[in-house]
Amino acid sequence: MELTTVWFILIAVLWIGYFTLEGFDFGVGMLLPVLGRDDTERRVMINTIGPVWDGNEVWLLVAGGATFAAFPEWYATLFSGFYLPLLLILLALIVRGLAFEYRAKRPDLRWKRRWDLAIIVGSFVPSLLWGVAFANILRGVPIDADLEYAGGFFNLLNPYALLGGLTTLALFVTHGALFIALKTDGEIRHRARRLAVPAVGVTAVLAVAFLAWTQQQTGSVGSGFAFVVAAVTLVGAGLGARAGREGWAFLGTFVTIGLAVAGLFLALFPDVMPTTLADGTSLTTTNAAATAYTLKIMTVTAVLFTPLVLAYQGWTYWVFRKRIATHHIPPASAAAETTSAR
Amino acid sequence: MDPTDIARWQFAITTVYHFLFVPITIGLSAVIAGYELTWLRTRDERWLRLTKFFGKLFLINFAIGVVTGIVQEFQFGMNWSDYSRFVGDVFGAPLAIEGLLAFFLESTFLGLWIFGWDRLPARLHAACMVLVHIGTLFSAYFILAANSWMQHPVGFAFNPETGRAEMNDFAAVLFNKVQLVTFPHVVLSAYMTGAAFVVGVALWHLRRARTAEDRAVYRPAVRTGAWIVLVAALGVAVSGDVQGKIMTEVQPMKMAAAEGLYETEAPADFSVFQLGTLDGEKETFSIKVPGMLSFLATGTPNGEVEGINDLREKYRDTYGADPGAAYYSPGDYTPVIPLTYWSFRLMMGLGMAGAAIAAWILWATRRGRAPTGRAVLAAAVALPFLPLFANSFGWIFTELGRQPWAVFGLMTTEHSVSPGLSTGEAWTSLTALTAVYGVLAVVEVRLLLTWIRKGAEELPPDVPTDAGEDRPLAFAY
Repeated sequence: MELTTVWFILIAVLWIGYFTLEGFDFGVGMLLPVLGRDDTERRVMINTIGPVWDGNEVWLLVAGGATFAAFPEWYATLFSGFYLPLLLILLALIVRGLAFEYRAKRPDLRWKRRWDLAIIVGSFVPSLLWGVAFANILRGVPIDADLEYAGGFFNLLNPYALLGGLTTLALFVTHGALFIALKTDGEIRHRARRLAVPAVGVTAVLAVAFLAWTQQQTGSVGSGFAFVVAAVTLVGAGLGARAGREGWAFLGTFVTIGLAVAGLFLALFPDVMPTTLADGTSLTTTNAAATAYTLKIMTVTAVLFTPLVLAYQGWTYWVFRKRIATHHIPPASAAAETTSAR
Repeated sequence: MDPTDIARWQFAITTVYHFLFVPITIGLSAVIAGYELTWLRTRDERWLRLTKFFGKLFLINFAIGVVTGIVQEFQFGMNWSDYSRFVGDVFGAPLAIEGLLAFFLESTFLGLWIFGWDRLPARLHAACMVLVHIGTLFSAYFILAANSWMQHPVGFAFNPETGRAEMNDFAAVLFNKVQLVTFPHVVLSAYMTGAAFVVGVALWHLRRARTAEDRAVYRPAVRTGAWIVLVAALGVAVSGDVQGKIMTEVQPMKMAAAEGLYETEAPADFSVFQLGTLDGEKETFSIKVPGMLSFLATGTPNGEVEGINDLREKYRDTYGADPGAAYYSPGDYTPVIPLTYWSFRLMMGLGMAGAAIAAWILWATRRGRAPTGRAVLAAAVALPFLPLFANSFGWIFTELGRQPWAVFGLMTTEHSVSPGLSTGEAWTSLTALTAVYGVLAVVEVRLLLTWIRKGAEELPPDVPTDAGEDRPLAFAY
């Protein structure tokens, strides 16, 4: 296999890692006001993702860095072209990331409400905009013969892209609800499970519409297969939620997101950013790629270190496998304190 | 302002801002790991109290460092897409590897450290902070390798067909001679900065401490911290000296700009202070150290140092023949002299002042002394800021001193900006980020002060073990 193809696959893997992992912590953030009825419940929710959300977000940073290194033209055209959506995503990720850390640092409620808002909005904006961005990549955007983005902000707002945005939004909400159901105990766990069933229904309608539209637009046999299996696992997630099998249900949305993203990349290949202009040039895995030398260096590094990263990140989830309930939350005054000196 | 100027302001603001948190993260993670390991060895509770106290301050600082770091990676593509196209084949690799090796390590093991007090065995818990620190060092290494390549591009060939720099020797990029001296210089400055923060905070508490027990907690933090500041400062000075000589060799204009030296001189003096416009036209008042610039640049007190006017001619001859007008245009190769002149002096001056105060603190706290005078208060408040701002001015100097180049000798900053970037977009981004960063600065400083005031609190009593699975979390957001 050519190294450019290997790197196309690796970048797909990085985005799959990002969306399957940060997808649920975005969902938890958006559901904060829905499932968390009081401050303690909200703290239960935040603490389910507390130890892991930052590690989840690193998948995005590595996806960005890998695109820069492996497909510099793609990185340059994509990031300069999707300027305002990316700026909004950046601002959202900034306030959201700080909110987790700072929210508990002062006891007064007004302070907490403000950071709650940062978490909710900061999770909502990227959940919607990542879908919009990916849909636009698949649909194609105006790229001229110099491989420069020639459109504006409003080129990015079209029905297909908005449907893509709503799909990721719904997927992440559902994914988050199932994560809460899996990782908490007590009233909030049941509330999350009850919410998950209709959430899967809404998500299924949006996802099937979006993926079918994608398949009809640029699909291949491989993408079609991935989309069908993704739809099946989503239904499985709904059934699991209804039957109270939270682990299976969460695994269901996990696989759904992974396969949907895989399918999108399969539908995109061998383009990385197709153009809609007749006299434009599409960015492909070939004309956007770095040299074989650089790709070789990167491949060796990825082969050596990715398994290690997966191992210790997986281990973290094992360490924090215990469900959290309201009685596990230390009193507010003791926030950020330790109760055990060991 | 045109989009290029706005993008430059954004890069300057976001980078200087981000790098306020980075050196504290690097330095403080090492200090905290040291505390926790000492506690493990001695089982002396004072070290655990310090671990937890500075751990909290570390997290407040780390969080803002992380989120402002995301902007750094994105803005190369957003504002500087032509730069990204030109350098991606070389510059992208260290960035990607930084993410894979460093960011995962830091974020994962910090999460384990924060929430793992009751989940991990004590040794493993301490190992987490050690790994966080190693992560910060990896991060520093790879990002500095990328920056060093901009200062002194090596291990590549310009391909006229693709119109970009293409890597042909990754080892040369990783072990660039500029990198080999920049890495210790930056990391030692970070140790100095992190330790200065610790000394400032602990000294402030030591001065207020009413009980012998409290004094016994803060004193070791002050003393060990001040020693780290001093030893690191020595390393910063030595590495900086080597760096100056390499810089004179690879970017002679930067050394001339550091002094505002217009005519070639041998020996060349170093002016500690100067009044005037620094444009080489007027006589100015200055305090000079004879032969000092020669020493800094060449290692001998009467070595020849080339001046700006000669270098301008020389650069014109070297870079006048453009390999492709897309990357640079023959023009004036002089950076903004007052900025390079003053940032160079502020870097050195603030750093030396920090070292001097640390030395004085060691003297004042010798043999069990716990001084309480106003001078101690002033030292405690001033010390954390001195190495911190020395870092900022060091970067301002080295980045502005490279101008007009983005990649020295290959591509100018002017040609690096995204061709499609509109003034409106650039302004939106600059104002939004600056406004958010401004608000966050206020929030962060107030939060830090609140938690600094709380001090290294006494450890709460052990929770009975029969609480089992239902006991509250040792740490919760």
